[in-house]
Amino acid sequence: MTPPTAATVAPATGHGSTVLHAPRKHRPVAEFLSTYVFSKDHKVIGIQFLFSTLLWFLVGGLLALAVRWQVAWPWSDVPVLGKLFAQEGGQMSPEFYTMLFTMHATVMIFLVIIPILAGAFGNFLIPLMIGADDMAFPTLNMLSYWFMWPAFFAFGASFFVEGGAASGGWTSYPTLSTNVASSPASGMGQTLWLIGLTFVGVSSMLGSVNYMTTIILMRAPGMTMFRLPMTIWAMFITAVLQAFALPVLTAAGFMQLADRMFGTGFFSPEGNVVNNAISGAGGGQPLLWQHLFWFYSHPAVYIMILPAMGMVSDILTVFARKPLFGYRPMVYSIAGIAGLGFIVWGHHMFMSGMNPALGITFMVSTMMIALPSAVKTFNWLGTLWGGKIQFTTSMLFALSFVSMFIIGGLSGIFMAATPVDIFIHDTYFIVAHFHYVLFAGTAMGVWAAIYFWFPKMFGRTMNEFWGKVHFFLTFIFLNGTFFTMHILGAVGFPRRLADAYHYETFHHLQPMNAFMTYCAIGMVATQVIFAANFIYSMFWGPVAGRNPWNANTLEWTAPSPPGHGNFDYQPVVYRGPYEYSVPGVEKDHLLQTDPPNAAASAAAAAAH
Amino acid sequence: MGKRIAGIFWSLLFLAVPVLGVATFAVAPAYDHWLPKDVSEHGASIDSLFYFILALTGVVFIATEVLLFWFMWKYDASQQKGAATYIHGSHTLEVVWTIIPAATLLFLAIYQMNAWADVKMRRPAMAPTVEVVARQFEWRLRYPGRDGTLGTADDLFLVNDLHLPIDEDVLIQLKSMDVLHSFFLPNVRIKQDAVPGMKIPVWFKAREAGEFDIVCAELCGWGHYKMKGRITLEPRASFDAWLEQKYAEQQATQPAPEAPGDLAKSE
Repeated sequence: MTPPTAATVAPATGHGSTVLHAPRKHRPVAEFLSTYVFSKDHKVIGIQFLFSTLLWFLVGGLLALAVRWQVAWPWSDVPVLGKLFAQEGGQMSPEFYTMLFTMHATVMIFLVIIPILAGAFGNFLIPLMIGADDMAFPTLNMLSYWFMWPAFFAFGASFFVEGGAASGGWTSYPTLSTNVASSPASGMGQTLWLIGLTFVGVSSMLGSVNYMTTIILMRAPGMTMFRLPMTIWAMFITAVLQAFALPVLTAAGFMQLADRMFGTGFFSPEGNVVNNAISGAGGGQPLLWQHLFWFYSHPAVYIMILPAMGMVSDILTVFARKPLFGYRPMVYSIAGIAGLGFIVWGHHMFMSGMNPALGITFMVSTMMIALPSAVKTFNWLGTLWGGKIQFTTSMLFALSFVSMFIIGGLSGIFMAATPVDIFIHDTYFIVAHFHYVLFAGTAMGVWAAIYFWFPKMFGRTMNEFWGKVHFFLTFIFLNGTFFTMHILGAVGFPRRLADAYHYETFHHLQPMNAFMTYCAIGMVATQVIFAANFIYSMFWGPVAGRNPWNANTLEWTAPSPPGHGNFDYQPVVYRGPYEYSVPGVEKDHLLQTDPPNAAASAAAAAAH
Repeated sequence: MGKRIAGIFWSLLFLAVPVLGVATFAVAPAYDHWLPKDVSEHGASIDSLFYFILALTGVVFIATEVLLFWFMWKYDASQQKGAATYIHGSHTLEVVWTIIPAATLLFLAIYQMNAWADVKMRRPAMAPTVEVVARQFEWRLRYPGRDGTLGTADDLFLVNDLHLPIDEDVLIQLKSMDVLHSFFLPNVRIKQDAVPGMKIPVWFKAREAGEFDIVCAELCGWGHYKMKGRITLEPRASFDAWLEQKYAEQQATQPAPEAPGDLAKSE
């Protein structure tokens, strides 16, 4: 597992006369490239994913601010950035606004949430937490990161092509997305969007097969499946979801690409007239795309939350100094969410013109998927009960995940109820719902994970004081921004309108929208604190030992940061990951690798 | 002591979630930030289901958030002398908190089926009152004219100005010429996507007269925000009079088409 030295490489690269060469000099550039750029080390790849996704997080956040600006003060000059895309002196055009929310969602979903969970944390944590020296397929792993770059280029470049980036919504519904005449950005921007999506898919697929193989085959001795930490269970089930759902999206993406480039008409019906011109041969169905798209994208919703649930479960136990409440029910409920996740996609289509009887079927399955989420919430509360809670920054973010996920989970029941959905479908109620799940849930969970595993990644801890300031402000501003969206939704305020105030029904909602935009600006500005803390702590934070939080799982037995090959000894696992505060044991935690202990075995036997 | 103050501070911050959350929902209706007036017959069942779910989720929301606050307050490490409780779970609790939500959700699922069927499945047996054809970025309307049949020479064509009678069933035939749109009547609690290549029936019975918005609720391109129409609900007599007047205007300004118009061809 040691890196190849000059001596071992030389015979392969020489021309049969290697003997005559003097010993090679150190090659700093090549070494730098193979260590930090084209690395096959899962930790470096994980950190590469983390840096890339955090940068895109910034881009996505700024796009969101531009969206909020237009919703709060339609057609007023955009400060600072207005000059960059000035059409009419600094005010944004409706087509620009349409592009903004399309690309905000695209960037956040495909370039931030999915890759930061699976790519960054999946990569960094899976081998460390199961006691492996690396992933099963290090080269595939490297490629899974580098396949993100064509996607970065495709999405990034699309802002600069004629007509601008895609503006058919992140769902890219035909025939708006397939018919070039139907929208100014439905040209090159949309094609690049589809290409970018395909590359993100390739990256996810390479990661997913790797994660499954690694978790099944490379666990340390003694690490049975039911001794895996929840983070790994969540990553494993997420990888399964990816592997089975993704091919459908890839196929659908190619069909849409063919519709646009070769006029195949998979999604265009006959007699379609766009801009007074008959378009294409027809013979297709716009609803087909919706079924295929959501067959992937609904499971993808769980790909975007399950890993955060897993990481939060682990963080809660560490800072409550308590075993996880209901480990097996937690595992089964993740599996339940994943299984049911494949048969609820139709709830995105209740108003689509799909057979209403089919709507009832999807309504029932959607109602039932709320159940495993409820079970998880109760078990998190059970984990806190009777604990010794330490309010670290990481813990505060994890607690807020639970608090906010309750809101996001409960608001989902409104949309699942088909009659209520008639009114709130495509209003700000749904915008509130998925921001509570994806921002207030997943993003807060990701911050919990960053503060928690930062010492393992960089060998130093982040500043706790500024971490708490970051948490406090983010928590306040996110609720100010997103909670009020429920109220807008109750009025029926539709999403994706560049200006809704000319409607009699919605004209009085501008002040509330302005309030939300102020909060959104505050929320994005707060992240400067996080960025400064992150960068400063990487170089000058207090040095962390192997196990700064007194946690039980395997990664904390490795050096911080772990060297190539991870462990300086062979970890052997004797117990589950949650043995905190075991009666009769002197310290309040028992590492998975601590040798068997009579008192611990007795306590465990009594507790079961 | 400083640690205890921190514990109190963070617990109270989390208590603010249910307190302010409930307050927001309690205050919003007073400022007219709430469900818009409903003038349809079926709307009451939608609204009451909304309130029912609001009450149900409200109770769960308050209970779980307050419990979270209470655990943060009580089990703050600075307040705990002994070790944390060593417990791995409770089979009984798992059963209880699986079965109760399961039964509740199943009840909710079955309870609402009837309301859904009324709006989307039990179509009245009648000829369409009007055809609504969505296109970027307007609502094209076609009334059957005097012969009561769509697709004939005497059809009446209008844009964005929909009139319908109250106190009787009306049936709309919804189509789209180009891309997806969604026919959203906030005050009638109606929403239905218009899909190119499909003819989708939409029906309701209005209880009250009035003039309201027609909103496009599905992204249809750059002009999506301005795809606005108006719906006027009025008693049968004034509806008939309006129809007659519009028909006369159409006759006066343009000769009757010899063949059915463009729209008929696309059927």
